[in-house]
Amino acid sequence: MKSAVLVFPGINRERDMARALRLCAGSDAEMVWHSDTALPAGTDLVVLPGGFSYGDYLRCGAIAGRAPVMDAVRAFAAKGGLVLGVCNGFQILCEAGLLPGVLMRNAGLKFICKDAYIRVERADTPFTRGYTAGQVIRVPVAHGEGNYMADSETIARLEGEGRIVFRYTAPDGALSPEWNMNGSIYAIAGILNERGNVLGMMPHPENHVEELMGCTDGRGLFAGLGQHFAAAL
Amino acid sequence: MKARVTVTLKSGVLDPQGKAIEGALKSLGVDGIASVRQGKVFDVELPGADRGRAEAALKEAAERLLANTVIEDFRVEIVS
Repeated sequence: MKSAVLVFPGINRERDMARALRLCAGSDAEMVWHSDTALPAGTDLVVLPGGFSYGDYLRCGAIAGRAPVMDAVRAFAAKGGLVLGVCNGFQILCEAGLLPGVLMRNAGLKFICKDAYIRVERADTPFTRGYTAGQVIRVPVAHGEGNYMADSETIARLEGEGRIVFRYTAPDGALSPEWNMNGSIYAIAGILNERGNVLGMMPHPENHVEELMGCTDGRGLFAGLGQHFAAAL
Repeated sequence: MKARVTVTLKSGVLDPQGKAIEGALKSLGVDGIASVRQGKVFDVELPGADRGRAEAALKEAAERLLANTVIEDFRVEIVS
């Protein structure tokens, strides 16, 4: 699996992401600068990491979503290439029009930095094949704007087409407002695009991949992506 | 030419920041305020004097970048 990690000014999780890709999927990621106009030849997976691109100016992800490299990402996605956006990466994908909806200020107005429990709604995607459907994983969140929202028609489609891939739940997998920490509609923590090749999620799986991190629940996402490409060979 | 683009949240979109400001005004004892919605203002300078062209450019700027039309509305006005 050949991965490309996009780097925008103000992004700060790109090394964590590259490390997770190497540890869990054996993929040495190439860093791609925001002003580049092409992805490395043979790229299988594009990852937009977390951070604070452009200092969250205007809206989170708004400037990065219109960076030159995003035209190449749009073309890559249009051909079916896999794209993963985490945290600010999810916000950037929404702003770039690769995913529907928007991530608004957390309902409680506070920046939230703690572990979240998220339920994997389906395991039949390249991003979630390392898990089982219904499995609850513990993954850290660190965001001020993670409150997912879209118009009611879009939400109905996301739900109806099974494109809500991760939801915030209690540790036992039960939905409750108390565990939906940022107020996202339908407790949405991660969604897929219509074609199923672009995933955006607020929690950081790359930060739970080693024993010393206290939890390895994030490994399945990267390991699953590795298996996806190994199986395709 | 000077212009102003005002971006506001669509009605019905929850505005936690506006709510917090509303609460702060209440605790300051500022009376007579029913509700607050927070938005953004962009003051823009444009070359030339063609009003129609300026309005078209501002509309494009607002639609493509200044506003996220999923949750925001915008208004364009030529100031001088």
